[in-house]
Amino acid sequence: MKDFSVLMGGKAGYGIDRSASILGRLLNSCGYRIYIYRDYPSLIRGGHTFSIIRAATVRIAAHRDRVDFLLALNQDTLDLHRTRLSPSALVILDSEAVRDPGLPDGVRAMPLPIGKIVKEEGAQEVMRNACMIGAFANAVGIPIATLEKTLAESFPQDADLNVRIAGRGFEAAGTVSKLAPAAADRLPLLSGSQAVGLGLIKGGLRNYVAYPMTPTTPLLHFLAEEAQNFGLKVIHPESELGVILMAIGFAYAGQKVAVGTSGGGFCLMTEGLSLSGMSEVPVVIVLGQRPGPSTGMPTYSGQADLHFALHAGQGEFVRLVVAPGDLEESYLWSGRALNLAWKYQIPAIVLTDKNLNEGVGNFDLASAGELDDEPPVAWNGGEQGYRRYEDSPTGVSPLAFAPLAGAVVKANSYEHEEYGISTEDPAVTAKMQDKRLRKLKPLAEELKGFRTIGVYGDEEASTALLCWGSNKGVCVESAAALGLKVVQPIVLSPFPDDALRKALAGVDRLIAVENNATGQLARLVAAYGVRVDRMILKYDGRPFALDELEMRLKEALT
Amino acid sequence: MSSSALGTYAPNTWCPGCGNFAILNGMKTVLKDLAEGVCPPENVVIVSGIGCHGKIVDYLDVNSFYAIHGRAIPVAEGIKIARPELKVICFCGDGDAYGEGIEHLIFAAKRNVDITVVVHNNRVYSLTAFQYSPTSPAGFKGRSTPLGSVEAPINPLELLLAGRASFLARGTSRGMTQLTHLFREAVVHRGFALVDVLQVCATYNNLYDYYARKVYDLQDHDPCDRTAALARIREWDYNSDARIALGILYRAEAATFEETFPASPPDGRDRDGRIRAFLDRSA
Repeated sequence: MKDFSVLMGGKAGYGIDRSASILGRLLNSCGYRIYIYRDYPSLIRGGHTFSIIRAATVRIAAHRDRVDFLLALNQDTLDLHRTRLSPSALVILDSEAVRDPGLPDGVRAMPLPIGKIVKEEGAQEVMRNACMIGAFANAVGIPIATLEKTLAESFPQDADLNVRIAGRGFEAAGTVSKLAPAAADRLPLLSGSQAVGLGLIKGGLRNYVAYPMTPTTPLLHFLAEEAQNFGLKVIHPESELGVILMAIGFAYAGQKVAVGTSGGGFCLMTEGLSLSGMSEVPVVIVLGQRPGPSTGMPTYSGQADLHFALHAGQGEFVRLVVAPGDLEESYLWSGRALNLAWKYQIPAIVLTDKNLNEGVGNFDLASAGELDDEPPVAWNGGEQGYRRYEDSPTGVSPLAFAPLAGAVVKANSYEHEEYGISTEDPAVTAKMQDKRLRKLKPLAEELKGFRTIGVYGDEEASTALLCWGSNKGVCVESAAALGLKVVQPIVLSPFPDDALRKALAGVDRLIAVENNATGQLARLVAAYGVRVDRMILKYDGRPFALDELEMRLKEALT
Repeated sequence: MSSSALGTYAPNTWCPGCGNFAILNGMKTVLKDLAEGVCPPENVVIVSGIGCHGKIVDYLDVNSFYAIHGRAIPVAEGIKIARPELKVICFCGDGDAYGEGIEHLIFAAKRNVDITVVVHNNRVYSLTAFQYSPTSPAGFKGRSTPLGSVEAPINPLELLLAGRASFLARGTSRGMTQLTHLFREAVVHRGFALVDVLQVCATYNNLYDYYARKVYDLQDHDPCDRTAALARIREWDYNSDARIALGILYRAEAATFEETFPASPPDGRDRDGRIRAFLDRSA
């Protein structure tokens, strides 16, 4: 098997998410490359939650709708997903909990008394997961030693019992398929949230401030859990208003800081965003998108906040907006966003979505790109005394931080002169607005040194897909299958229009692929004279599956 | 250091007779005394919201952050948590701290972050040209409530006592000696301190004569006695005609947010190695 998918489902609270991680880890340890899609409703107990674990011999960053293995611990898992079964799929089911499946011809069923085994072992019901994982391992020919090692690593507590129950599942099952040859190296499995967090840490993050909001809550959890390890302060204040203003306080005091939220929380942050622009106090906002308007669907994915991110906040100010498309870009551009925010003293937005934040895949640090904790432009104590908003050819004023004898640091939300005292003088107002906006040019120049537009697939192809963010993975893989080119802007403000035009050389048909209802990137590139011929849009909260996008592309291409 | 050295070149635009002058001068005296004692001027950061009070940051030549309406307090908290060696003093208006940003006020008190909040409580919105504020009495006829406000005011000190503030005081803009004393006590208090200043707006809500008839200085009051503090705070509800106590109403010893927040190892200690170790664990 070179490329296959496993679906495991159950009620929320069943441990499905954890089991999916273990299955991913298990297949990863066999040398496969992994991608895990998580689908769960907004509730704590009950409902139906599932994960699709895809394994392949090459790097992947998308899931398929079609599954080859269905692991059913309850009836819903079979009933809700039977249409996904591939013609020769294997369904492993707990015969105690799932009725006679009546599966289509060709689909094999492996009923096992999982509930009974767990009872015999005197274990809790949740340990049916371990039993199922053990059965699956044998079904695909994973050696028992590999299974035991993965389980022991995954359960710091109750390892022995889990290993024993998994072993019973292993014995009860038979082997029906064979593993493909293993890759030589093993790459860690990370979620997008973890990749963003590690990039921020590498870029010099000292503080993370957030109010929980899906899909950026996992970043809060990750950084809070790792705070002691990496020397971070992680704070959860009263609201997103408190979050961004507190973060601005941290940055005024000279410490790199990021905040995280989703659309609704970002609404509350917009006056803080504008304050960051005016006071030139840098803050990085990780904005994980989910479907809106309003509450929308909290635990699902979307890309409908691009123009919101580009235009939020009153007044005119320079901002950096980046939309990483995979784990390596999440790491690199989160760290870069932090460094660039400080270098140019501007707000920066890392625009992600639920699919990116909660999807899990292999992360290759070596190919991610160099990242460091870059110090900002510091005041060197000139004789004229410190002026927080000193005018300069780049618009960037050297920074000083209290307490510093001889420097009075005056930050201001009000229009202000160079020292930081408020002003309403027309000439000073225009001069200071020019000073702040002047930072755009050196920022845009510096960005030209980076790969701001990703180009993939057949570079000679005259048809290209235009995508952004988490659609990168599914577009790159579909394009490879169909002989198309992929153009993926990573930086969205300041917009790299020259690089985009270069990337589109030779393209005479451009198809935008987006998870929104109006084609927001298509509208953005139109402002730079780039015409999109066709849009493939999906806005039901679910990301494109690989087979689904390929089908819609084939329709579009005929 | 002289008080005048603390001033800036910014022309003062407060109205003649404005109670803000008393707050400015009282704070200058405290900062001057601090500079001669325990706290050099570069260790002071002042933060303001938006309203007439906010201009104070332009008039004091110390580190400052002129923040936005209602949101001075979280900025002050961030600065203090980042650099606990700084003395952070936050100036707010009544619309600012008791209205637009009341959530931040309550949470800063709850956390007991070691900052001082001075509320310029003139009980009216002045810079927006005369509307009722959270502490205006019921029936207040401002330009947004021409027939009289139907809301009774909040008693901010009662709210903050319930909200676990560890220092609560009240002064007026006509009692300079007392006000300076209250500022000094608030600034040296370890933990969240609030001074509610009945600061008179000479233009829109001139209560000089009214306060002169009603206020009295606390005598024989033990600010560490919570029950006594509550009784004094409830004596006047910012609405009815009653005696108005001035002085330190409540004071408690409590651990601050900064000292209790889990300390983490200093930044930059082999982050590369730690990232690699994390990745190895995730393989």
